[in-house]
Parts: sequence; C-alpha cells; structure tokens
Amino acid sequence: MDTTIETTITVNGTPVTRRVPARQHLIDFLRDTVGLTGSHIGCEHGVCGACTIRVDGEIMRGCLMLAVQANGRKVDTIEGLSDSGELAALQKAFHEHNALQCGFCTPGMLMAAQDLVRTRPGASRDEIRSYMSGNYCRCTGYHAIVDAVEEVLENAKGAKR
Amino acid sequence: MKAPSFAYAKPRSLDEVFALAEKHGEDAKLLAGGQTLLATLNMRLSSPALLIDITGVPGLAGITVQGNVVRIGALTTHRAIEHSPEIARHLPLLAQAAPNIAHVAIRNAGTLGGSLAHGDPAAEWPACCVALDATIVIAAKSGERRIKAREFYRGLFETALSAGDVITAVEFPIPGAGYRSAFLELARRHGDYAIVGVAALAKAAGGTLSDARLAFVGAGPTPILAKSAMAAIEGKKLGADAIAAAQAALAKDLAPTGDLNGSPATKLHLARVLCGRALTLLAS
Repeated sequence: MDTTIETTITVNGTPVTRRVPARQHLIDFLRDTVGLTGSHIGCEHGVCGACTIRVDGEIMRGCLMLAVQANGRKVDTIEGLSDSGELAALQKAFHEHNALQCGFCTPGMLMAAQDLVRTRPGASRDEIRSYMSGNYCRCTGYHAIVDAVEEVLENAKGAKR
Repeated sequence: MKAPSFAYAKPRSLDEVFALAEKHGEDAKLLAGGQTLLATLNMRLSSPALLIDITGVPGLAGITVQGNVVRIGALTTHRAIEHSPEIARHLPLLAQAAPNIAHVAIRNAGTLGGSLAHGDPAAEWPACCVALDATIVIAAKSGERRIKAREFYRGLFETALSAGDVITAVEFPIPGAGYRSAFLELARRHGDYAIVGVAALAKAAGGTLSDARLAFVGAGPTPILAKSAMAAIEGKKLGADAIAAAQAALAKDLAPTGDLNGSPATKLHLARVLCGRALTLLAS
C-alpha cells in the first residue's frame, strides 16, 4: 500500500507537485515543503486557528487536512493574500489598533477576519466575536482584534455610501 | 502531534470502497471531511493502517427534496446545510443547529455523514436527526439498508455501523405546516462541543404544543429523546406549570455524566434551563 502519493496543489496560484507522505498535514506541506512559514502550527487538533488557510476559496484548518486531500485543489495562504493586497485594510487596522503582541495568531486571525469581511460585510460586533471564536489569541486579548475588524467593516460601509 | 504513518487510497466508486474495506477490515478507516478523524489521528488516539478517502465517490453530496422528504448526501458539508435555502425552508432545525458546530473553517470541511458515523453524543447532528426522526441510508457490499436515527446510536461512540458500511445519505421527513423548531446549546466558547444542548421541534397552535420532540445533546452516552418531558407537555397549553412539569420529567429521561464542565446535577439543571427556553420559543 502506498504511504506516499504524488500530489499537485496550486499554492497561491502556482502549481506545486511533490510526492508526499499520506500522513503529512497540509500545513506541514506548506511550511516545510513549500517553505511558506507564514501560516503557523499551534494546537494541531483544530482548536486554535493559527493554521487557517483557504482551500478552493473557503477557510479551513491546515492541521485537519492532509496534503494529499488537497490534491488538485487551490490553496491560498497568508503570503498569497498579503502579496495580492487583499489583506491590506485588515493589516493596517491590526497595526493601528495594536491587535497583536507576539503575532503568533495573527496570520490565522487575518485569514478568518478576511473571510468575515468578504462574506458578512454587515456583521455586528457580536457577530464578529462569534465568527472569530475559532481563533485563539493568548496575549493581546480579543478586544483590539475585534476593534480592528469592526473598523474595516465600518470603513467598507462608508466607502460604499 | 503528528499522525502516525498510514497508507491512503481514494477510490472512485462504492464498490472500490467495499473491496478495500473488506481487504483491510478493522485496519482501515473511512475519511470524509476529516475534521474529527484527523484530530484523533494527530493525538494518536487511533492508528489505522489505511485511510479510505470517500470524497472521490460520486453522488454522495447534495441536498434534494423529493415529495415530503429531504435527502442530504453524506458528504454534504455543515456549511452547505447552514446556507441551503431548501434546508431553511423545510428543515429550519438544521439551519438553527449548524452555526453551533465548531467554527466556519471546520464547517467548510466537515460532513453530515462523518458526524453521524462518529457518534459523539455532544455533537449537534445526531440529536437533530433523532428529533426529526431521520432515516440513515447505509450502503454495504451486501446491499443498501435504512436505519432510523433513533435506533442508530447504541452507546458512547457506538453506532449500528459495521466494518465495510458507508453512510450514503440521510432522509428527513419534512415536518410540515405548523411546526416550529429551536436549537439551543451551552458551551464555554462559541463553537466548542456543547456542555448540554437541545434540538426541539413541535407543532404549535394557539400556545399549545403537540408532537413535541426534545432531543438532548451531551446528556448521556447517545443523543437522547426526552420522552417523559415530551409526554408532560403533549397537548397542553404551554404555561409555567407545563414547562415546570417537562423540566421535572427530565430527571427520568437524562443521565448526564460529570466531567470538567460540571457534575451530573449541574448538567441536569442546565438541560432543564434549555428545555424551558426551547419550549418557550416553540410556543411563542
């Protein structure tokens, strides 16, 4: 039986083909094989959200998916969304609100927050808290993070008016 | 931690799944969304030699309405159920329950069939299926069979599934006009496994509830249909007395175990609180 499988994943727009161990998590593939260390590994059982990435446009846990499960799919990481400018408004707001201290959770926070900005532009403060509940921060606390996300939503509403 | 080494196969038909399952027996595990399985592998609570990824089998995802039945394919994600207009119209209980399942990033990957097969009594879908009297469709090499959700759960993480069985779909009878539903749960953090929860459904007319179903989450080794509490309110005008009778009757229905979240007495109390809230919502 095969414990390694040839796998092609389109990472931030570039197809990457490697023979991967079946047991390898997608997040380890991204960090160790592709060298994209922006996404972090925290709990490794889906609780903390540090490894949040996008698969086919939807956010998922990089530690709860095998690299081989992403075969033939499109994966976007914090590096891709940062370089494309998609995260610029959130990054600026996180900076201005001091919404990070050690920064370990920040890539996952930004990926989850951008998903919220994209899918629920009218979210209330409570809805922001509920949406971001899948991402742990162990030093800043959540207040500044929620402030930053709220400001981006408010600014986007203002821009539309 | 990292998962132990295993092999991986992605068959393209149910026949191939059955062949692999038969060959490898207890050493093989089915992989769908993987949101529970991979966590248990990472924690080395389980160490299968082979994962059979069933997401390459066609026809196992999607929501269809056929007459008075909504059929949901086993590989349909929690998120797809959460956002389905058909579900919102015909089975609002599922739409109410879905946002309580973990977090968006997990709901995007986890599946209905995976959750049901895992059989965690603290999970949302099993209780919803019990409340809605759903039927679980199971394929095996010997053929297809149907088991009522109310008979599917046998014990803690124990179900009617045998090695080589694959859940292919779940069929929900549409409750129809006049029914109202509510899903409530208590968790330390939004999206965490429930300490206690309830999937509630009843026909409501003029403040009177009939055909009430209260299926509890996290209140015993399986999802539990609270038959005594249901009988206590059947056909009654819902006021403080009827609610108190249902809450009192829960002592006969539920047997929660104590854990870090609370003692059995605390959990029974919390179940009574949720019961009262759910009945009030149904009757309002």
